[in-house]
Amino acid sequence: MSVSLFAEQLLNGLQFGIMLFLMSAGLTLVFGVMGLINLAHGSFYMVGAFACAAMASALGSFWLGLAASLATAAIAGVLVETIIVRRLYHRDHLDQVLATFALILVFSEGTRWLFGSFPIFLNIPDILSGTIDLPFGIAYSKYRLFIIAVGILIAGGLYFLIAKTRLGVQIRAGEADREMISALGVNIARLNTIVFGLGAALAGFAGAMVGAIQSVEVGMGEPILILAFVVIVIGGIGSIKGAFLASILVGLGDTLGRLFLPGFFGFFLEPSSATSVGSALASMLIYLLMAVVLFFRPGGLFGKAA
Amino acid sequence: MLRSNLVNIAVIVLLVAYAVSGEMFDAPYNITLATKVAILGMAGAGLNLALGYCGLISFGHAAFFGLGGYVAGILAVHAFNHQPIFLGWSGTNQMIAIWVFALLATGLLALLIGLLSLRTSGVYFIMITLAFAQMLYYFAISWPSYGGEDGLSTYLRNGFPGLNTMDGMSFFMVCLAWLVFVLWLSSRIINSRFGLAMQAVRENPVRLAGLGVSPFRVKLTVFVLSGMITGIAGALYTDLNRFVSPSVLSWHMSGEIMILVIIGGVATLSGPVAGAMLFIFLEQWLGGLTEFWQFWLGLMLLLVVLFARGGIIGTLNRWRAS
Repeated sequence: MSVSLFAEQLLNGLQFGIMLFLMSAGLTLVFGVMGLINLAHGSFYMVGAFACAAMASALGSFWLGLAASLATAAIAGVLVETIIVRRLYHRDHLDQVLATFALILVFSEGTRWLFGSFPIFLNIPDILSGTIDLPFGIAYSKYRLFIIAVGILIAGGLYFLIAKTRLGVQIRAGEADREMISALGVNIARLNTIVFGLGAALAGFAGAMVGAIQSVEVGMGEPILILAFVVIVIGGIGSIKGAFLASILVGLGDTLGRLFLPGFFGFFLEPSSATSVGSALASMLIYLLMAVVLFFRPGGLFGKAA
Repeated sequence: MLRSNLVNIAVIVLLVAYAVSGEMFDAPYNITLATKVAILGMAGAGLNLALGYCGLISFGHAAFFGLGGYVAGILAVHAFNHQPIFLGWSGTNQMIAIWVFALLATGLLALLIGLLSLRTSGVYFIMITLAFAQMLYYFAISWPSYGGEDGLSTYLRNGFPGLNTMDGMSFFMVCLAWLVFVLWLSSRIINSRFGLAMQAVRENPVRLAGLGVSPFRVKLTVFVLSGMITGIAGALYTDLNRFVSPSVLSWHMSGEIMILVIIGGVATLSGPVAGAMLFIFLEQWLGGLTEFWQFWLGLMLLLVVLFARGGIIGTLNRWRAS
């Protein structure tokens, strides 16, 4: 295997991990602050991708599409929070799971109604198409590199927001003790709406970015939602730092597992069964990783003990 | 107790009456629907033991449903092709043997998943059970020997001594017998000493431990039992469709089984069956009106969660009690 292929896969894993982080950040914040398990988070990812595709094809600008994805997903998040999700904070997890599962049905079928079942393709803007030459003779897709850069910027911004701003202090205080900060005069209902809307916007943005590499279709949010769950469980629910590390871990682990496992089994199995065993195991790898992490640390890497 | 017994019997009578009407008016599709209700109701009854009575919110019961389904499918295909699986033994197309294997396989799987996931609780438990089911789902998709993504067709329904299982009504009776047995078994378990312990796990595990009963062992036992019941339902589901595909392992399946239990009524004996009836009815009725029936299903579910707590059976019991 050549160095350039390995480096390319490494970067792909990184890009995948960073997109996972954008998904998981909102999920883990919403759980940490509001104690809500939100299955409908993947719907915001889909909403963002569709908003971007619709806007890009109407106005012919990918950048306006990206802006639309942020705005639409944020608005959808705020609406869902104020109309439905707000009523679920004091319910048990079972009610939350069921209600947000119902939201997925509404969002997915509603989108199918509006846009049809066929995938939509979103074009990468000209300035980012093609590859760029990196050191050591590696040619890598400009767009994916752009995703990595933007993702790292957003992660940095999120860190700044949580660690350095007044809103961040309130969010962290909300994770520690909801009653106390509302007694101290923080408008907790407004804080909840902001956190939920922010998480939805990040998910929608991730959907739009990935939508340009893959296709924009109904149900696209579900596989990545489940990966985001794996990420926040590994990282420790409520921990942004844990979510970031676990995202990179899962992104790299999944990508490199698919690259290496079939070859690894080739050492002691015949080629055809090595490929099938290897690829089957590669698709299970991150779930195994999660099981191992939970076995030794039931609260995740950075979480409180469950 | 008597009041809820009346409701339980009414639910089963309604199901049988629907199937019999299908037989009388020569509408075989209705018998298929009734069979589907019986099977899904049984899968729900399995989940209800863990979720309703013991408070274990498993979001991964599709793993057991699907594994049961694949055990039935794989054994039947091998028997059909006379192709050995293991030590020259080429599967079986006898339901009873298949059930034994399905029970063993799903029991073992539930033991494994339970040992790992019951170390956690709350949201972690919900997510780890989901993740294990997804693991199996992706395995089934990427494992080419048994159809992979396309699924596995078993051509014929497996046999049962003295019955022609290809006849819809006979197969319905097999499924009904299982359903009634499972409900009877559930009621025996719930009202036993063990059943009290398992409901105590839901209410207050610390106090239970203080009484000298290990909550972990109670939870593990319930989880395995629950998985095995759902697994048998999965094996029957393969026989109903004569086909099994990774979709029975998907998280939509887990969600669907959970929906049945909740709209029917958590921790009520016949709740899952009533829930399955309503679910199949909505699927048929709304599905006939609009292609986007799941949109309306989603809205209805939201209303149920937000406003009608306790599901159908809970509401019926409350209504009769007042």
